Amino acid sequence: MFFRRPAAKRTKPAKTLVVLGSGGHTAEMLMLMDSMPLQLYSPRTYVVAATDPMSGNKALTREQKWQKTTSPTGFVVHQIPRSREVGQSYITSIGTTLYSLVFAFGLVFLERPEMVLVNGPGTCIPICAAAFVYRVLGLGRAQIVYVESIARTRRFSLSAKLLYHLRMADLLFVQWEALAKTYPRAVYAGRLY
Amino acid sequence: MPAAERQVFVTVGTTKFEALVERVDSLELLRLLKEKGYTKLVIQKGNGTYSPSNILPKGQTTGTTEGVQVEYFDYSPSLAAYITSSALVISHAGSGSIFETLTAGVPLIVVPNPLLMDNHQVELGEQLAAMGHLVSAAPDALLDAVRGFDASKLLPYEKGSASGMVRHIDRQMGFVP
Repeated sequence: MFFRRPAAKRTKPAKTLVVLGSGGHTAEMLMLMDSMPLQLYSPRTYVVAATDPMSGNKALTREQKWQKTTSPTGFVVHQIPRSREVGQSYITSIGTTLYSLVFAFGLVFLERPEMVLVNGPGTCIPICAAAFVYRVLGLGRAQIVYVESIARTRRFSLSAKLLYHLRMADLLFVQWEALAKTYPRAVYAGRLY
Repeated sequence: MPAAERQVFVTVGTTKFEALVERVDSLELLRLLKEKGYTKLVIQKGNGTYSPSNILPKGQTTGTTEGVQVEYFDYSPSLAAYITSSALVISHAGSGSIFETLTAGVPLIVVPNPLLMDNHQVELGEQLAAMGHLVSAAPDALLDAVRGFDASKLLPYEKGSASGMVRHIDRQMGFVP
């Protein structure tokens, strides 16, 4: 969608890294995945904030449902330090952001995903930055797909702004047509809810 | 549930929203609900410290006041069941609660929390209100919103679908041409 072309016709499953951003972000992401042909997006790595134990549990519950077994396989859940808590000052968040970045570069290097699927909030930025830098350096080949929250009807979130303006996302979805008019490289393809 | 029961469900989800709980802890609101034919008020108050004390004797979580059954609790894993069995939902502006209510076809008044720092929740409430799917009101304007509320004026919300996004993603990855 941006300046890189889609991959050539493939049938081999793509290793997928999904960031579950907590609360409504996690809910929207799992809704999207409900509709995806997950046998093609496999194995899966979930990244959750260390402060958000709920999302890891939700991923497990959903994998059980998708795989129709109480002991699903082919996925892992990693915890990442959060770059900025709601309400944390921007000053103290610099230190934690740096830590998140180091962690994300390590994780993405080890996991080597072919697709990074994210929908905010800030937790997803270090992961996207790592995936993007590795690709620029020829050390990775992850496609970065971002879905802006349905709550954003007129203005981008900070995450969306960064990924859009730095052209880090290969596909950036918005869920309101008006937003796609403001940001022409964004894609409106319907709403999750 | 008796056929004549018309329940109003107030929900703050997993958030803390004292201003909303305080506003619904009102005898005036209770009388208004009764006037409009509602018989029951259920409040999911979340993890805030404020507990209703005007519409129920302090420390009591259920009772009947002004001819309306009243009940409150902190949280329930089955908020969806409360939503679908209600005649009106008054909700915080979280997208989960909003769309759960809209897709269940239950009339909705949304109250965005003015204390949220980056208040994009107001955006969603206003957008859907402008489209005619719900009514959005500040906590201070809730009473008036209930007074003027007419469920028959709301337009049904047509549920979205992820299939469009999935098609784009599959194409991006080369799984489909």
